Amino acid sequence: MKLILHIWRQKDRQSPGKMVRYEVQNVNEHMSFLEMLDVLNEDLIARNQDPVAFDHDCREGICGSCGFMINGVAHGPQRGTTVCQLHLRHFKDGQELWLEPWRARAFPVLKDLIVDRSAFDRIIAAGGYVSINTGGAPEANSLPVEKTKADLAMDAAQCIGCGACVAACPNASASLFTAAKISHLALLPQGEAERERRALNMVAQMQAELFGACTNHGECEAVCPKGIKLENIARMNREFVQAACLHREPARETGGA
Amino acid sequence: MTTVAINQEAERTITFYRSVVGKKVMMAVTGFLLFGFIVMHLIGNLLIYLPKDSHGQWPIDVYSAQLHAIPELLWSARIILLVAVILHIIAAWQLSVLNKLEARKQGYVRWTPVASSYASRTMVWSGPIILLYVIYHLLDLTFGAFNPGFEFGQVHRNIVASFTRPPVAAFYIIANLCLAFHLYHGLWSMCQSVGIAHPRYTPVLKIASKVIAVAIGIGFCSIPLAVLSGLVR
Repeated sequence: MKLILHIWRQKDRQSPGKMVRYEVQNVNEHMSFLEMLDVLNEDLIARNQDPVAFDHDCREGICGSCGFMINGVAHGPQRGTTVCQLHLRHFKDGQELWLEPWRARAFPVLKDLIVDRSAFDRIIAAGGYVSINTGGAPEANSLPVEKTKADLAMDAAQCIGCGACVAACPNASASLFTAAKISHLALLPQGEAERERRALNMVAQMQAELFGACTNHGECEAVCPKGIKLENIARMNREFVQAACLHREPARETGGA
Repeated sequence: MTTVAINQEAERTITFYRSVVGKKVMMAVTGFLLFGFIVMHLIGNLLIYLPKDSHGQWPIDVYSAQLHAIPELLWSARIILLVAVILHIIAAWQLSVLNKLEARKQGYVRWTPVASSYASRTMVWSGPIILLYVIYHLLDLTFGAFNPGFEFGQVHRNIVASFTRPPVAAFYIIANLCLAFHLYHGLWSMCQSVGIAHPRYTPVLKIASKVIAVAIGIGFCSIPLAVLSGLVR
């Protein structure tokens, strides 16, 4: 089959970019979207042109490296799928597709379809962790976790940090990502110790990165390859309100044993 | 309480409001107050459909007189609503500047909505139209500035005098369609913003929000249509 692509080409962070038209011949419907781009790139290299840069790693939908807009939808038309797991059978022969990088002020374009997502890392660094020495794996039943809570935490923990939620959001908000990370730990006993500080700091960092605010459009939930629910954002709001109202500064800088 | 503690409390409030989550909570709470007013206002307005009572008075005029009979209550409500409107607008303004201008400097060549509604994407337009209308509406029917032969307390007469002019009726209908759209997204959205979400209740809340928004739109729009068609005279 054949596809007509309009791809955002941008040399580096500073340069202005533009859409460039390409025709990809001789691809088949069993290829993934990234394999189709590999075919395009081999062709470009053979013709001594600069290949299209795109992020990728595992190519099995679990690492969160890949992702771009296909016809204005993050990760393309297939729900619950990253672009590496999106196959060409979902497109028509000769179809025209527009590929653009995630667009957000907090995600500057590095080259072509690659954006810098280190803003996500800084949100995690602000509180998406549990700072206790865990040691070896504990005996499974030594710390009981309610089944429903464990399931919810697991669902939130599925977030691979690809950034599709930000890209799809009309406000370029990182609420779904931040909410997933806050929820994942807030639901578990291991996350209880730093629960308030985590909600306050991660929300503050999200804002410091100049991500937008959530206005409950629901676009993020629709494009999330891991099916992270909007309910998590409500939980983040609860966590934040509770923490903002009840948080106390520790009496001493350090303490404990 | 010591000065330090007061400062800490002030600081806490400021920190809360500075955050995007705090602003959304502010929008939800003030929005809820305004929604409460809209429901009461609609119920009051629908009295226009009742015939004159045994004393030869329009029920809507009697209701208005009853409201004005307790000025403390009337003015408390008016002040609360005014503060709610101002806070709602300030928070909306600040969030819109961030969302529409700051957070995404370069837009998409193509962007396709997947889940958002027309109502949710146009909140930033429906809101200001409602505001403009409310200002006109107060000048027209509360202060009588634009109302030919306005008589204080003669609510029925004033409404009929106002809506027999088709442009005014049209403006009213447009504004109330905007209100319906605003509530269509806003009612469920305020629940989400304050953290009310549960798989059991969220679908119900979403449907209820839409039904209530449509009902309120129909309720308000029916009045100018009734006047124009001669049903209410």
